[in-house]
Amino acid sequence: MSLKAKDINENTSWKDLTLGCAIFEPMTSAAVNTGNWRTMKPSFNEEKCKQCLLCVPVCPDCAIPVKDGKRTDFDFYFCKGCGICYKVCPFGAIEFKIDDKKEV
Amino acid sequence: MGIRERLSGNEAIAIAFKQINPDVMGAFPITPSTEIPQYFSQYVANGEVDTEFIAVESEHSAMSTCIGASAAGARAVTATSSAGLALMWELLSVAASARLPITLACVNRALTGPININCDHSDSMGARDTGWIQLYSENNQEAYDNMLQAMRIGENSKVMLPVMVCQDGFITSHAIENIELLETEKVKDFVGEYRPENYLLKKENPVSVGAYATAAYYIEAKRAQAQAMINAKEVILEVAAEFEKVTGRKYGFFEEYMMEDAEEAIVVIGSTAGTAKEAVRIMREEGKKVGLIKIRVLRPFPMKELAAALSHVKSVAVMDKAESFSACGGPLFAEVRSALYDCKTRPLMINYIYGLGGRDVTVENIQYAFESLKEIKTSGEAGETYRYLGVRE
Repeated sequence: MSLKAKDINENTSWKDLTLGCAIFEPMTSAAVNTGNWRTMKPSFNEEKCKQCLLCVPVCPDCAIPVKDGKRTDFDFYFCKGCGICYKVCPFGAIEFKIDDKKEV
Repeated sequence: MGIRERLSGNEAIAIAFKQINPDVMGAFPITPSTEIPQYFSQYVANGEVDTEFIAVESEHSAMSTCIGASAAGARAVTATSSAGLALMWELLSVAASARLPITLACVNRALTGPININCDHSDSMGARDTGWIQLYSENNQEAYDNMLQAMRIGENSKVMLPVMVCQDGFITSHAIENIELLETEKVKDFVGEYRPENYLLKKENPVSVGAYATAAYYIEAKRAQAQAMINAKEVILEVAAEFEKVTGRKYGFFEEYMMEDAEEAIVVIGSTAGTAKEAVRIMREEGKKVGLIKIRVLRPFPMKELAAALSHVKSVAVMDKAESFSACGGPLFAEVRSALYDCKTRPLMINYIYGLGGRDVTVENIQYAFESLKEIKTSGEAGETYRYLGVRE
């Protein structure tokens, strides 16, 4: 019986990989911390934000969660630091600096 | 006891496909394999098969179609030659690494350039390391028989790899010879249905195919793929044994012809084996101890078995119908010579590049190669190992 992707890690033997590396469950991206690819990091200034939500659809990932019609702080588990949200924000509510802490 | 017919190699493959009735054919015409999808599309139009025939805009798309169909759970087939196979290159590796048992009829033709439509093995030799099982055929009968065995091998759960069934362009593909076909009911019984464990259309177990593997996983994926090719050796012999029970025709990794007490031997692939057998027959009548090995299975490569078959011989010529531009010999030479390395006693060995771009190979050419082997045996020196046969000096 094939392993699930969430059960495969960097200690898994070649004998236990799925056939052709097929993946048998949805949302396996949730199992992989892609936020640690980041070298630049955005930060959210809630006071300057007018909730225009221009940043949300331009995010290539799902790193800007929206709750009750308002954006909340970044989801750094997914944010790769591309800076598009910073470029598009008309109100200077997003800062963009070198990520020295690599927090996720 | 079979159906006696007279068919070209392309007709033999088309009829094998008709009898098997695959789910999908994705194909694009290219000489000399064009007739295979051409004949097959007539079977589709006549309602003789249920196959979805997908006429695509290139061979890249033909193989992509087969990959999509196979991942979805269908039995997918295609046919191509030369530049068509080259255009499939990227997808050949995708098919093998995604472990999709697609079947491809390769009608061997020289790669360009100079542009040329005739036979040599440069197309499939170039594809030998893409992860496909490769079966080579001497004549129309072997092309048909190999095609009937291909799916049983590739679809075996211990294997799950695509299979390429090769025959020589024009020489085999367009020449009409006698052939014994198996009754369609027996073909269906032998080949069976394709029932993969998992596939895209299996709603109970959704699956993603072709995912990214980082450096932390890629080498493990390749090791697993390599194991499938190792497993294929046993499965090829099992399927051949069953095929022999049904047809009486015997297949292995290679055919040995007059090898028992042979002192000089040639190793050859494809239709040239027919010509070479005639040369061996004539020379045997003259009392010369010559023999021949015809490779049927190149991938997986039968290294130990070849070593055992050749270790007692005094001198060997490996015949390559393809250049590899290594400046020291063709691809088959490199592998066969390597196979002998572990033997305590091993023959002197030379390479002949021959028959490129459809150059005719005669009985006299083969006799010349054997005469060279006799000289080598007598002198004990192989001399220049990288040689051309039948080239104008």
